Amino acid sequence: MNTANLIDRRKIVDWLGIAPFMIFAFMFLILPTLYLVTGAFFNPAGEFTFKNIADLAHPTILSAYWISIKVSVASSLGGAVIGFMLAWAVVLGGLPSWIRSGLLTFSGVASNFAGVPLAFAFIATLGRTGLVTLLLREWFGFNLYGTGFNLLSFLGLTITYMFFQIPLMVLILTPALDGLKKEWREASEILGASTWQYWRMIGLPILWPSLMGTTLLLFANAFGAIATAYALTGSSLNIVPILLYAQIRGDVLHNPNLGYALALGMIVITGLSNVLYIWLRSRAERWQK
Amino acid sequence: MKTNRLLAWVAIAIGVVYFIVPLIGTFEFSLRMRRGEYSFDAYQSVFSDMQFRATFGYSMLMAFFTIIFGILLVVPTAYWVRLRLPQIRPVVEFITLLPLVIPAIVIVFGYLRLYNSSSFIPLTNSTSGTNALLMLSYITLSLPYMYRAIDTAMRSIDVATLTEAAESLGARWPTIMFRCIFPNVMSGVLSGAFITFAIVMGEFTMAALLNRPAFGPYLQLVGANKAYEPSALAIIAFAITWLSMGLLQLVSRLQKTAPRKA
Repeated sequence: MNTANLIDRRKIVDWLGIAPFMIFAFMFLILPTLYLVTGAFFNPAGEFTFKNIADLAHPTILSAYWISIKVSVASSLGGAVIGFMLAWAVVLGGLPSWIRSGLLTFSGVASNFAGVPLAFAFIATLGRTGLVTLLLREWFGFNLYGTGFNLLSFLGLTITYMFFQIPLMVLILTPALDGLKKEWREASEILGASTWQYWRMIGLPILWPSLMGTTLLLFANAFGAIATAYALTGSSLNIVPILLYAQIRGDVLHNPNLGYALALGMIVITGLSNVLYIWLRSRAERWQK
Repeated sequence: MKTNRLLAWVAIAIGVVYFIVPLIGTFEFSLRMRRGEYSFDAYQSVFSDMQFRATFGYSMLMAFFTIIFGILLVVPTAYWVRLRLPQIRPVVEFITLLPLVIPAIVIVFGYLRLYNSSSFIPLTNSTSGTNALLMLSYITLSLPYMYRAIDTAMRSIDVATLTEAAESLGARWPTIMFRCIFPNVMSGVLSGAFITFAIVMGEFTMAALLNRPAFGPYLQLVGANKAYEPSALAIIAFAITWLSMGLLQLVSRLQKTAPRKA
């Protein structure tokens, strides 16, 4: 009786130790999210309904999701390709080692350089009076904006987002490329495989969970981002985070619960890509032991 | 192997162009304020702006409190999970990853609904309440990085032995926590602090929607109204990020070399 009591008490103390963290997480992470998720299934009168979800099919909202998905896919694929090239160059390209440490340090900085200042940097570079725009015109007589290019568009936003997408890819992929064992390469060469065959049948199949997983992470990263887009385009580009921002500010959809549904849609999309990322990463780790 | 190296150089060259050109472009633009010649007028204009000083100071203060309270929340939790509740580790890790899954704008949307003036906990009713809510939202945002940094540092020390040794010497809980555990995970604490600093200084969404005069919304405001100052501010922001990441790398390098000496 007495010992059982002691054990119970110890257990209670054990759980009390993480109570502050759990209360914090519940109040400032889980409860706010749950509130919106459940709110998406009720009308303002408090009755259960699927109407909010159905209302997401409104053309403005659908096109916002569509542009958001396009920008996120394009910037994550672009980030993945260029990031892979850079990681490959420093790991397997036989470059001096200072380039590797330089690239990794810079990537650490650039992957955190997002938000409003990033938008300023690209306006100063590719905007109407930006450095590159001016130099192209002066040196080559090439009018960038004459081609229909606009920084405040799908393409401009994609190019801007890649500034933090590429470094993130480099940071995650470099260790994965380090994990490719020399022995595999040598074994395949002894068996007569060409470089192409090595990459197609050994290198990429081992790397693809890391590659795919990180691309999904980049996708979610771009999908939730708002500050850069808002500072770059104001509210002229209709993407989901900006629409939600306007909705929070002034109920532009004229239905608070439709705002909850909009948020739910974002959580579902970023949640799915993160779940897939975690699953793919656990597959990738098998080869990195 | 020769073609390999050539390709590698080409890849690096593309990367350098993509990353360096916007920085040069921004810097060049920030010098253009005076007509016909380069000058630091834009920087002067920024630094003499009262709004700049006020919002910069506000965000610094926010970063400071976020770091202090974030550390006080995360270090004991990570310690306790390692010492007593290893079975709950996956759950805690999952929770710390959630802020990467749920977009910041969704989290703050939830706050505005839950803690508004007509709710049970009307935090947004007063300035200090809103400030507290903003700080809590920053702790949430930095949680994935803070927890990872501290938990990694804790992996390299033997928490159970340290605790037992301290206990058998008669130490009480505060002594164990602040004189035993904290100094041993200092490198992780500092890494977490630097990344939190970088996040808080540039954050826009939370501060804008909670209507607090932070540095992020100020940047946006300047961007919408002025021509050359935004570039100067972008250079300043980049320097801040560079500084905090540089310090972070320095700390993690020290952490790696420390065990070898011992």
